This record gives sequence, C-alpha cells and structure tokens, in this order.
Amino acid sequence: MALRYAKPAGLEEALRLLKEDRWKILAGGTDFYPSLGDWPLRENVLDINGLAELRGIAETQTHLVIGARTTWTDVIYHPLPAAFDGLKLAAREVGSIQIQNRGTVAGNLGNASPAADGVPPLLTLDAQIELRMLGNMRRLPVSSFLLGNRETALAPGEMITGIRIPKAAVQGGSGFVKLGARRYLVISIAMAAARVVLAHGKIEDVALSVGACSAVAQRLRQLEEGLRGMEADRAASIISDYDFPELAPIDDVRGTAGYRRSAAREIVIRAFLQALERERGGLAA
Amino acid sequence: MNHFHPLSFEINGRPVTIDAPPVERLSTLLRDRLGLTGTKVGCDAGDCGACSVIIDGEVVCACLVPAASVQGARVQTVEGLANGTLSALQRSFLRHGAAQCGICTPGLLMTATTLLDRNRSPSEADVQDALGGVLCRCTGYRKIVRAVMDAFAEGQEEEEIAPGRAVGASPIRLDGERKVSGAEVFGADERPADALSVLVVRSPYWHATFEIGDTDEFLRAHPGIIAIFTAKDIPGRNRFGVIAPFADQPALAENRARFRGEAVALIAGERQAMMQVDPADFPITWRELPHALGIDEARASAPLHEDRPGNLLTQGFVASGKPDAALAAAHATVSGEVETSFVEHAYIEPEAGYAFMEGDTLVIKACTQAPYMDRDDTAAVLGLPPEKVRVVALATGGGFGSKLDVSLQPLVGLVALKTGRPAAIVYSRAESMRSTTKRHPARMKATIGADRNGRITGMIFEGDFNTGAYASWGPTVANRVPVHASGPYVTPNYRATARAIHTNGPIAGAFRGFGVPQATIMQETLYDRLADKLSIDRLEFRIRNALADGDRTTCGQLLSGGVGIRQCLKSLRPRWHKALAAAVEFNAQAQKLRWGVGVASCWYGCGNTSLPNPSTMKLGITRDARVVLHQGAVDIGQGANTVITQIAADALGLPLSAFTLLSPDTSITPDAGKTSASRQTYVSGKAAALAASQLREKILRHANVSDAAQLALDEECLVVSEGGVRRAIMLSQLPSEEDGYVFAAEASYDPPTSPLDENGQGVPYAVYGYGAQLVELEVDVTLGTVRLIRITAAHDVGRAINPLLAEGQIEGGIAQGIGLALMEEYVPGRTENLHDYLIPTIGDVPEIETILVEVPDPEGPFGAKGLGEHVLIPTAPAILNAIRHATGAEIRRVPATPARVLEAIHAAGRRQ
Repeated sequence: MALRYAKPAGLEEALRLLKEDRWKILAGGTDFYPSLGDWPLRENVLDINGLAELRGIAETQTHLVIGARTTWTDVIYHPLPAAFDGLKLAAREVGSIQIQNRGTVAGNLGNASPAADGVPPLLTLDAQIELRMLGNMRRLPVSSFLLGNRETALAPGEMITGIRIPKAAVQGGSGFVKLGARRYLVISIAMAAARVVLAHGKIEDVALSVGACSAVAQRLRQLEEGLRGMEADRAASIISDYDFPELAPIDDVRGTAGYRRSAAREIVIRAFLQALERERGGLAA
Repeated sequence: MNHFHPLSFEINGRPVTIDAPPVERLSTLLRDRLGLTGTKVGCDAGDCGACSVIIDGEVVCACLVPAASVQGARVQTVEGLANGTLSALQRSFLRHGAAQCGICTPGLLMTATTLLDRNRSPSEADVQDALGGVLCRCTGYRKIVRAVMDAFAEGQEEEEIAPGRAVGASPIRLDGERKVSGAEVFGADERPADALSVLVVRSPYWHATFEIGDTDEFLRAHPGIIAIFTAKDIPGRNRFGVIAPFADQPALAENRARFRGEAVALIAGERQAMMQVDPADFPITWRELPHALGIDEARASAPLHEDRPGNLLTQGFVASGKPDAALAAAHATVSGEVETSFVEHAYIEPEAGYAFMEGDTLVIKACTQAPYMDRDDTAAVLGLPPEKVRVVALATGGGFGSKLDVSLQPLVGLVALKTGRPAAIVYSRAESMRSTTKRHPARMKATIGADRNGRITGMIFEGDFNTGAYASWGPTVANRVPVHASGPYVTPNYRATARAIHTNGPIAGAFRGFGVPQATIMQETLYDRLADKLSIDRLEFRIRNALADGDRTTCGQLLSGGVGIRQCLKSLRPRWHKALAAAVEFNAQAQKLRWGVGVASCWYGCGNTSLPNPSTMKLGITRDARVVLHQGAVDIGQGANTVITQIAADALGLPLSAFTLLSPDTSITPDAGKTSASRQTYVSGKAAALAASQLREKILRHANVSDAAQLALDEECLVVSEGGVRRAIMLSQLPSEEDGYVFAAEASYDPPTSPLDENGQGVPYAVYGYGAQLVELEVDVTLGTVRLIRITAAHDVGRAINPLLAEGQIEGGIAQGIGLALMEEYVPGRTENLHDYLIPTIGDVPEIETILVEVPDPEGPFGAKGLGEHVLIPTAPAILNAIRHATGAEIRRVPATPARVLEAIHAAGRRQ
C-alpha cells in the first residue's frame, strides 16, 4: 500500500484531493515532523505549501483575514493595528525564530495544544476559523473549533483556509504575557491575553483569555462583564477578586494546578495592564 | 514515502539537482544525500536548533523542512560560510572561545549570520533574541554572545605565542577551525557506504519479562532486513559496566527488562529498507512485572539483582571524631532535608557511531569519553581479546559523564562481527534520553553544628541516591559523596553515609560531579541558615571555616599545600558587599520583585577515589621536523587537545605550532584514561609533562648540552642553542625508531592516593580544586519566577594553563548548575525530548565574572588542578541561598520551578 504525496498548486485541487482520500496536511512542518517521532511516515501527505493564495494577511470590508499558510514571522512584520499587539507578542514567543519562520497561525490552531501560544490572543480578537471542503465553506469561532486537548471540529475532507478577525474586534490596545520556566523556546505554564478599549477613562470594552490552564484556552466572559464600564484603574483589584471558574488547570511537570490558578490571576492583571498602557499611550509593539 | 521527486535548488551558491522523497527532512537530504554533514541533528523536533540553515535569507530548522520546499530556493549551510578564508563570525567564534564541543556551533553560526546580515553591531539583547532557538550545553553561551557582538570589531587578531610561553596563554583551540567550519566529524557524520543500519528494540515497560516471537517471519515480511540479534547471539559475557566488580548490565536483555528503554534486540538491514521499519512491528510478547521507581518502594521490593538485598547497590561511609557528641554540645545547630531530581545530560549530539571488521580486528568509531574502557567492555561482551577490538574516538558532541558508559558500541560491534558488514547506529533524541544514564536523584538530610565563635564543630549527613536499574557509576557516587559532603571546611567531627539504591528508573551514572553537586546543595544551604542563626555574615562564616594548608580533611588527609578555598572566598568580598548593598536599596522600593544575594563553595578531588587512575602520553619528533603528540585524552569540548599540548610544548621547549596531534585511537594512542573526574589536565597533563621532559632530556643528551639549552625546529633541523653556540641536528639524516620517530618518549603518571579504611580514612585524592560563586538574582514574589542578574565565580585552578578555556569551563558549568537549580527535572516516561525537558537557553545565563585564583598545587603539572566538575557544584546552592536571602523561601526540592518557589515563599510567610 503505497502512501500518497501531493502538492497541489491551487485550493480547488487541494479540496478535491481531500475529498477523495485521507491525508495528513503538511504546512510549516513544525508540528508535522515532531509528531512523527522515531517512526516512519504512515499517512498520505497533502503538502499545501504550493497554495500561494493561502499566505498573507488581507483586509475585506468587514474582516482582516490571516491566510492558513501565514507564518508567525509574517504576522510579526505585517503592519497591524494595536489590537494585534498581543498576537504579535505571542508570535515572538512561539518556539524560536526558526519555528516562527515556518510555523503557521492556522497550524497552531489545528494542532490544538492546550498551550498553543496563538490561541489566547486570537480569542480576544473574536477570531473565526474558516474551514473549507469541496463545495462547502463554514466559519467557526475559535471556541467552537477547539474541542479539547488535540481535538478540533475539523471534519473529514476539510481544511483550515483562514482566520478571520472581525473589524469590530480590531479596537483598543492589547497585551500578552507568557509564563514559562526558561527564557526562550519554552512551553507555557500559563499565559494570558488582553484587549481593552477605553472611553473617557472607563473600560468600554475588554476581552481577556487564559491559556494552558484548561484543555482549551478560555475567554473570561464573567470577568469581562464585571469590568465593562468600570474605571480602568480599578481593574487590577477586580481581577484579583475574581475566582476564574472558567479554568480547570492540571498538575504536570511544568507546575501544579494550584500554582496555575494563582499565576493566572497575576498574569491576567499584567496582560490587562499591558493592554491598558498601549491603549492609553498608543505604544506600538 | 518511497517515491523520489526531482528537486533543483541552490546550495551554498551552486546549483544542485537531485532526486529525493518530497517529505524527507531537509536535514536528511543535506547530510545523507549531499554529504553536507556540517548541519547537525540534535532532536529532529525543532527543539535544539542544531540543524539551523538559511533558506532564502531566513533561518529555519532543517529537520522541520520538507525536501519539496527547497525547490527553487537558495539554501546556505555552514559549509558555505567560509569563502576561501573563514568568515568574520567564524573567526570571532575562534577568538572568543565560543565553540567547545562544536556540535551546536554550525546552527549558532547560521542563526547569527542572519542577525548580522541585518545588524552588524547587535546588542546583547539582540543576540539573545536571535539565538534563543539554538541550545548549547557546553559553553554557557557567554562567549557566544560576545563573539556575535564583536564579529566585526577591528584589531583583535591573535598574537603569536613565544616558545616556552604556551602555559598561561590562550591560543585559539587547536581543534577550533574544524569546529567552526563544519568539518569536525562527530559520531553520526561518517559511515561506510555499505553499512547496515541497526535499530534497537527497547522495552516499553519499567519492568517486564518478554518472549521474542517468530523472527523468521518478520525477516520474510521485511525485505532488506538481513538479521535480528538477541541476547542468545552474544558470544561473550553479556554483562558490562564501568566498574568491573559491579558489571551487571546486559548488552541485550536476556528475558527480563529492568527499565523502560532497555535494549532487548537488534534489527539490522539495508539503509533504505530500515527507514521504513517500525520497531513496534517487532514480534515480541511482554509480561509486565511490578516495578518501583522511588527509593522507598524499591527498598521494600524484591531485589532487581539477586545479590543486592533491599536493592542496595553499595554504600559509602566516612567518619571521624565524635559527631553525635559534637552536635549535642554545639552552640547552634541546623538540620534540613533536600531532594533532587533526575538530570539529563542533554548533550546536543545523541550517541552515534559504527563498527566494521579490519581483518580479524573489530573497529568501532563512535563518540565517547573513554576509548579504552569501551574497548575492554565491548571485547568482553563479544568474547574477543581486547587487542582484537580497536576503538577510535570520533568527535564527541558533549558528554558530561554519560558517554563514559558504552551505549551502542557492543551493539554495532555485534552486528559487524556477526555479519561481516559495517554497521551503524544513530540514536534518536528520545532513544538517547530513554536509554542512557542520568544524574542521581538524591534524598538527603544533614545536621551541622558550630560553636559560639562560629566554628563548625560537627556534621552528620545521610543521603540515598536513586541509581536506577543497573550499577553504572552508582558506586562512585556513593563513595565520592561522603568524602565531599562537608564542603571545603574544617569539620572535626563528621559522619556521612551515602547509599546507592536500585529502582526501575533510568540508570543513574556519572554526571559532572558524581553526586557532589547534590550533596553540596544540602551542606551549603544549611551553612546559610547556620550563619544566620549565629548572626555572622554568610561569606565571613565560610571564610572562617575554610580549609587551609596544614588542615586535615574528614578523611584524615593532611593537606600540605595548594589549598585555595580561602583565597577564592576572599576574592568575592568586594562584590559581596556591593551586591548586598544593592539588594537592600532595591528591596526598600520594590513590591513584587525582591533581590537576593547568595554564595556557595566547592571542593573536588581530581581523579578516581582511592583507585589507580593512570594516564600514559607519548610523543616523538619525526624526520620531517614535526612533534607528534599521541593525545589520547578525549577532548569532549573542554579543551584537552589544546591544554595537554600547551603543557607538552612548554615541558619540551618547542612552540605549539610544531605539534601535530594524533586523536584517541586505541591502536595508536596509549591509554590516557577516561575524560572524567576533572582528571585530564592534572593526570594526563602530568603524563604529558613527564613524557615531554623525557624527550627533551634525550635531545639534550644527544646534543650534549645542559637543560639551559633552547630548542627550535627549522625545516628538517632540530636546532639546539646554548650560550651562543647553535647546533643543528639534521633530523632527516638520523635513523628513526620503529614508529618513525627520531626521538620519542612515553611516560605514565598515576596520582598517589591510598585506600580508605572502614571509616573512610585515607588519601582519596592527590589533588583537589576549589571554588566559590556569588549569585545575584531577582525573585518575582507573585509568580515565583527567578531572574539571574549576575554570577561572580572564583575558582582556584592552581595554574590556568589556558585562561580562556578555563573561563569557558566555568561559564558552561554554571549554565548546567542553573539548570539543576531552576529547571531541569527528567521525569521518566514524560520528558524524553528537549521541549518537556528544559535546559538553559541563551537568555537564561546572566553575565558571569570569572576570577581565576592560582594557588599552585605541588603535584599538578605547572601547579594545575582540575576544574571541569568543580564549576557547576557551587551554582545551584548559591542560587538557592540567594532566593532565600531575597524572600525567606527555603527550597527543599530542586529544580526550584516557579511553582515550588512560590510555594516556599508562602511557607516562609506562614513561618513569620
């Protein structure tokens, strides 16, 4: 049984191939190769690196669209509003420059690691995942796409084609804090992303999320609700008093559940303050 | 993916067209199809950066790039950096001593090249941000940072070193150029074209019996696989081990595997066919047995080895004076407990090598720290006389103790011997981590007492060391720890016990320090608490108790000279006071951040503990006027090639440039022992000094001149000058001895030690080295994270033969000490890769100031002492002491991960 390899030059061809057989998709390779471990390849490989139309960041009337092959380095160097600062900060924390040069935003989602660096900032941007199969396209919010640890809503024959950020979410300042046990190339113990929009010193809108403290990174909707309309300077104490019911941290080699819970509170405050500073000062990332 | 696709791209400026499987890793394509082995493979997962290459101006991990993606691209590898001459960056690496073993060097060079292309004078932060994805286990990164920042700095060319002035100078390492050019040949960089590939089938269980099924059917189903080997095929004694009386490990398990990762069978076949083999298809039936991973469970379990009841491998013991009475009468005592974790060596080069038959001699070429020990162990397993096995050391990409034990040597040897074909193995990262040795996890407790003047009166220490399934260096750890657990301090009443306990965990063996780093965490953290209890400055407390010439150790050994610990500690005083003042000032303002300062000492005996430990060195002068040094002391990056030659050069009286080195090869270099126990500079260096002196003596006698004469080499002449008289000896006219030398000499040196009695009294080591380190750091008290600010390291090296290399050892040892203290915890079965198992990156090692203290040792060559292991011993306890100083947190379990630090901070808060 010979394994198949295909490197389609256009999306339609890719979708046709996806319909006729089962494939493992190869894009940046930064998760594909490590997941092989010491074993030989045992799946068909659909190499999507020939799909030029899937790379880059484009703007539509209503959305900013990150193509599925867009790398973290592409995100870092693409001029984007301050609402994306958190995503850019996260991009710089994805592995190393070597990884950022190849690894894609979409792959980070598709791999569905609880510690995926890109997910918390994408949650604060209300990102939607665009999924296509031959003759069909659907869009899911990140929270509906990520179902669990290494589990997604991707259907057979389907692939991620883009990540869409609604313009309504492209507002305010944003921040991202990653907590790890070493400086570079580290899997998060916990991380937090924040986006805040001020009006007259008060919090008009806020989006907060925490990663690596539950099977899937979580938006903190109740906390956001409690912060809306409040004076920005009161936020830290409100966050301190919040009990983070969204989180379900586990004990592992990187830290205990109890530690994650207490660290999450602190880094949410720090991510919020970062976002606030950028919203107030208009500091670019 | 068997189909080959045609690919055309540009490699280092020249076009290439080749057929390759499209999903093949670019690293494989470069190394195996294009022969560009300068690109190294350390993990195959993007975790180490060793395979970094540049594609169209962007640095990537070649192990993560499909071959198909380079179609039409421009690819640059380390082989393309030099353009006739080395690039500025490569020269800067050499000048700064930024390459040690050299396995990570190509990846670093390529990554830094992309930085320098954009920014010719980067800041330290720029360099760290750029190189954060490349791991180095040897250097501690500081010299790399400097080399990149200074790559284009002018006027830093090397000075010529005058004859007789090599010792004390820092010439560019003699093996440096091939490390920065990608030409160095490591274990995986060479393999005969017709070599069989060998896969090792390993136990997936901690403890299990097994039965091997129908291998004939497996062979029939896998064309291209030519043979299966199991324990039944081993012709010799299927037991190896670094310490002969304890040899207990089968090369291939017989019917029971005692740890996860143990080798049980070999699959050998043609290279292409083997790439498709999944070891999971191998016919074997397992029956799991109860296992014990922890010390307590293991003590209560059935013995793993019949003759070791209670799973006690062995116990070391040192006692002197009346420790119980001394502690009872002490003015102040402190007691504590500390637990440490398995630590993985994490050299960037997984084990690799190959074997082939040369007539009736089995030749093994592999990375190693101990060629003669490899030869003897392999010969015994394969039932060959030692002289029928020849071991050639390929460059070793880091060892740190683990490559002292054989790994693949008997396995490739068996295949080559049985099939008559060359056989090669390259371990995967996971396989390397699963199957090779670790640092012993230790569970220790101790009590230390002092009188009202702050003088130590007594100490009792007990430690259990989890030695894993087989003996390896467990006995050495058990014996070394009690000798060193007092630290370099006068301790008149003392009792120390260290037990090595078998479990079904990974084999714990040698790792830089043989248990002493763990014991020193116990002792040095207690010293801080005791000093505080006595209200004595922590540094002054150590100075007051430090050993000095004329003192006796806890083994009753009289230290007649060369004791430099007090000088090391005193040299830290200025920085100590400055740092304490800075911390007070910072902490008066700070809220979430606290600064702390810590200090700790080390001492370490060089060479085997009370056992013979000779080195032999040989050198000769050829008829074409070269000095050939048979340099059998394996250079695993620490610099033996350079240091031993510097010693030989000055003892002989000829310049370094006259020397040609022969690398370790049991057929041509005499036994210079193993590269371990900080013994090569001292023991092999001394042997080199003796051999070189004898050679000089022969020449002087031949020329009939006194020792005041000067030697020089000139074309085919050896020129001997004395008192204005110059005599040229025409070497080409003289007869040569059997191995082609006109003059030659060989000498051995064995450190004068004596056995320890039942109380550990005696002379365990002839030479000790000493050191002390001062750590300044910042603790984030809400997250428990630690940021190191600066480390000041004072080490008494006796005589710095090569100050630059000595600094490199210190910085590298500190980096490993940082890992031990803050992040390294090998959890068997869970951290078998370099992203779950964390070692320090370039951003985790702070500025390091080195103070080289030179208190000459009466025994060492030119007064030199060992250094290699000393350097990591004080780091972890100094960090823990600084954390306690900053926050009051007492860490009882390392690594001090953020979670543990925060918990200890909270516990300290509750105590107040």
